[in-house]
Amino acid sequence: MNLRPKHQRLVLVSLAVLALGGAVLLAMWGLSDRAAYFVTPTDIAAGKAPHGQAIRLGGMVERGSLTREPDGVTIHFTVSDLKAETPVRYRGITPDLFKEGSGVVAEGRMEGGLFVADTILAKHDERYMPPQMAGTATPR
Amino acid sequence: MSRARFLPLIIFGLLVAAGVWRLATPKDDRVASQLEGQKLPVFALPPALPGKPGLTSADLATGTPRLVNIFASWCVPCAAEAPVLMQLKRQGVPIDAIAIRDKPEDVAAFLAQYGDPFTRIGGDQRSQVQIALGSSGVPESFVVDGKGVIRAQHIGPIMEQDVPGILQAMEEAR
Amino acid sequence: MIAEAGLAALWLAAALAALQLALALGAGGAGGRAMGTIRAVAIAQGVLTLTAFAALIAVFLRTDLSVLLVAENSHAAKPWLYKFAGAWGNHEGSMLLWVTVLAIAGAVVAVFERHLDERTLSASLAAQAALALGFFAFLLFASNPFERLNPAPLAGRGLNPLLQDPGLAFHPPTLYLGYVGLSVAFSLAVGALVTREVGPALARAMRPWVLGAWILLTLGITAGSYWAYYELGWGGWWFWDPVENASLMPWLAATALLHSLNVLAARGGLRAWTMMLALVAFSMSMVGTFLVRSGILTSVHAFAVDPTRGSFILALLTLYIGAALALFALRIATVKEGAPFDPLSREGALVANNLFLSVILGIVLIGTLYPLIAEAATGEKLSVGPPYFNATAGPLALILAALMMIGPQLRWRRDRSAVLPRLAPGVVIGIAALVATIPIAPSIGLLPRLGLALGIGLIPASLAPLAGRALRRTPLAIWGMCLAHLGVAVALVGMASDSAFTREKLTTAVPGEQVEVGPWIVELRSIRPVAGPNWTALEAEMRASKGSGVNVLKPQSRFFTEPVTTTNEAAIETDWNGQLYAVLGAQDVATGRWQVRLWWKPFVTLIWLGGALIALGGLLALIGRWWRAFRARRRFVEAEW
Repeated sequence: MNLRPKHQRLVLVSLAVLALGGAVLLAMWGLSDRAAYFVTPTDIAAGKAPHGQAIRLGGMVERGSLTREPDGVTIHFTVSDLKAETPVRYRGITPDLFKEGSGVVAEGRMEGGLFVADTILAKHDERYMPPQMAGTATPR
Repeated sequence: MSRARFLPLIIFGLLVAAGVWRLATPKDDRVASQLEGQKLPVFALPPALPGKPGLTSADLATGTPRLVNIFASWCVPCAAEAPVLMQLKRQGVPIDAIAIRDKPEDVAAFLAQYGDPFTRIGGDQRSQVQIALGSSGVPESFVVDGKGVIRAQHIGPIMEQDVPGILQAMEEAR
Repeated sequence: MIAEAGLAALWLAAALAALQLALALGAGGAGGRAMGTIRAVAIAQGVLTLTAFAALIAVFLRTDLSVLLVAENSHAAKPWLYKFAGAWGNHEGSMLLWVTVLAIAGAVVAVFERHLDERTLSASLAAQAALALGFFAFLLFASNPFERLNPAPLAGRGLNPLLQDPGLAFHPPTLYLGYVGLSVAFSLAVGALVTREVGPALARAMRPWVLGAWILLTLGITAGSYWAYYELGWGGWWFWDPVENASLMPWLAATALLHSLNVLAARGGLRAWTMMLALVAFSMSMVGTFLVRSGILTSVHAFAVDPTRGSFILALLTLYIGAALALFALRIATVKEGAPFDPLSREGALVANNLFLSVILGIVLIGTLYPLIAEAATGEKLSVGPPYFNATAGPLALILAALMMIGPQLRWRRDRSAVLPRLAPGVVIGIAALVATIPIAPSIGLLPRLGLALGIGLIPASLAPLAGRALRRTPLAIWGMCLAHLGVAVALVGMASDSAFTREKLTTAVPGEQVEVGPWIVELRSIRPVAGPNWTALEAEMRASKGSGVNVLKPQSRFFTEPVTTTNEAAIETDWNGQLYAVLGAQDVATGRWQVRLWWKPFVTLIWLGGALIALGGLLALIGRWWRAFRARRRFVEAEW
């Protein structure tokens, strides 16, 4: 099969456009159920959180809500946005910036009324990070 | 062939439009205080350093609007903001401060170096009042009206270009 | 004083960039004389920018706290290596590095470029000067690295402890050299589109730059991945974070461009595609820069947010990429078409390669920008992470790997000989591997299983082009190609193995207890405090053995004082067949038990070994071509006598 250069260019351009379209379609398919939505405890309380899909929950860790299960690596805490609260369970080593009273973003999904977190993200902007002073930091 | 060559340019144009939109309406990831329009929580902080009175919520409900600045001696943007606060003070804005997680000698050194525009400075060792105010970092400033209601919050250092906005918020809080 | 000198050098360099632009634009008809002046201006520009960068390094090494940048990012107590690296471990310093490389690259092109006619070279130098001018403006007006802080603080704030690591000290410059190397391809493409001289000569001019940039990007990305792996303590090697994607996208474009250039150089074909890729590659570099610095996307390691800077870069981007794409649209119809070729041919395989790489690039770009677009269009806030990228890009990458088994062996223009015998070694071994995984690992996912089979099959297939050749007379470029493809195979095996065979244990322990993970038995011996130059830590001593011999691992939970942060220093034990990875967590105050996380990762090191092989293959190809060009010129000179 021998194509004249002009035809060949036409074929190549069509392939390029098809590839572009293919990329977009593939992306849409991938995004349809794999993008994670940001929600707040208020959204969850109002029933507005998508179910069965990955979600990112943002808010503050409520003081006094952090407890540890006997296995030593699973924790429970409450995320609050000062209007509503959501209970969270997480199994893993918590990032260094995670503590009661500070901001948190957890990624996972709702199981019943409990948010099961797969990852806890540290919101890292060093300009807004208060230090722990040696000697005055209290164990929790 | 003819039309396809403009496709990349068109797609790029759409992406630029999205970028422009995003820059014009910046993502507000910062945890803003939910307390705007609400009364200050009741608190009483001891002096952050000797020689200066501490800060209570009653001091912020005396009939005139006041600016409350949350800072710390170890916070570099606070140093950058200091001259602007001095300028605001010269323009007649009454300013109080809450120094978080700080040592008296460090606060004294900071004020000696950068100037002291504050009438009162409360020492908040565990950031308890800071968090009660809905602040999540330093520096942050709050415009509080004469009745002790929070009217505005400024997250980050107050820079030259923010001064008109702060002055206006103070006006509106009268 | 040094800071002011640096700033002055920067202003001068910017003025020279403007001069170079004016001269090169006006040089259309002037020819020879103007070229000499342009070369001089380009060299001066490079030297001055380098001086400015040296000035920045100097103020960092001296910890001159009256310079704002030093006060915010450095500290007298830091080891000198990190004072040095701190110069570019921040937004302003890294932009200055960007511009320095841009100016030096321009100077090198001006002095050494021999393949192009003068009109195209002038047009290209005009484009390079225009690029430099925009970034100089950005630096001088929106990101001055030499800004003073008055009064100077008594102590600096320190460098983020996560960045105080030799690997990470040199990862940014490697990547920047790569990004900015692609700027030359961009400028050459613009120049050639202006003069309509798109052909093999242009390809030969572009190729060393693209190859060099691509090698550096490969190294930079590989190093970045390994750094994230051992520093972040999560056991992962790629997170599809926007900043990671910002480095991957130019690499994907550059890989496609590299292959496309071979077609243009050898056969004069794929002109339009190669030009588009050359424009896209540097565009991706600029888009990546924008994403990381403008704050429009949240990322664990983005620079501090500043919408003014974001707007500036967006304006620059729009100007440069928009103008280039418009030029492409207007001129491409008048560029001669290349020689025709059969679908089953080297060209055909490279077209397929281009297509798949471009689709993967498109998918990564869409995934990275989707949160922004979705919020602009619907107000919906969402994030896109590994589930999306792995599901979409993964299968495509595997198809590309399969294509690699036969592509390099096809003949140019038209390949009529039997394909199957050439495919046989790779396919047979691949299928054998696939079958073997079924009893050995019955419950791994389909993607890792296929990845293993394809990777193993690709190992002999990547070396196939060497078969039947007189090896000592095979050009170094062919060795390079085979080595690079072998690197891909090795990396693929590593990635699939990590996916399929990793074993993890997350638990608590006290000294004296044992934890099992994979074939290892790990005993926690003790936890004690230790100290370093600017940190203190709690260090666990763990003894690990899997039969014979004992390995000691010492993971730490480390506290820095300037600025105050805590990091996890993982302990890694590397064996011939994998790595044991240990992380120490916090102590539960109530029970006194320590959190401990262990991974056994079989063959994970193949990932970065593969990356290194890919870069090495590229290096061989680069050296091979230079050596050939050097010998050809010498023979030419001798023939003249």
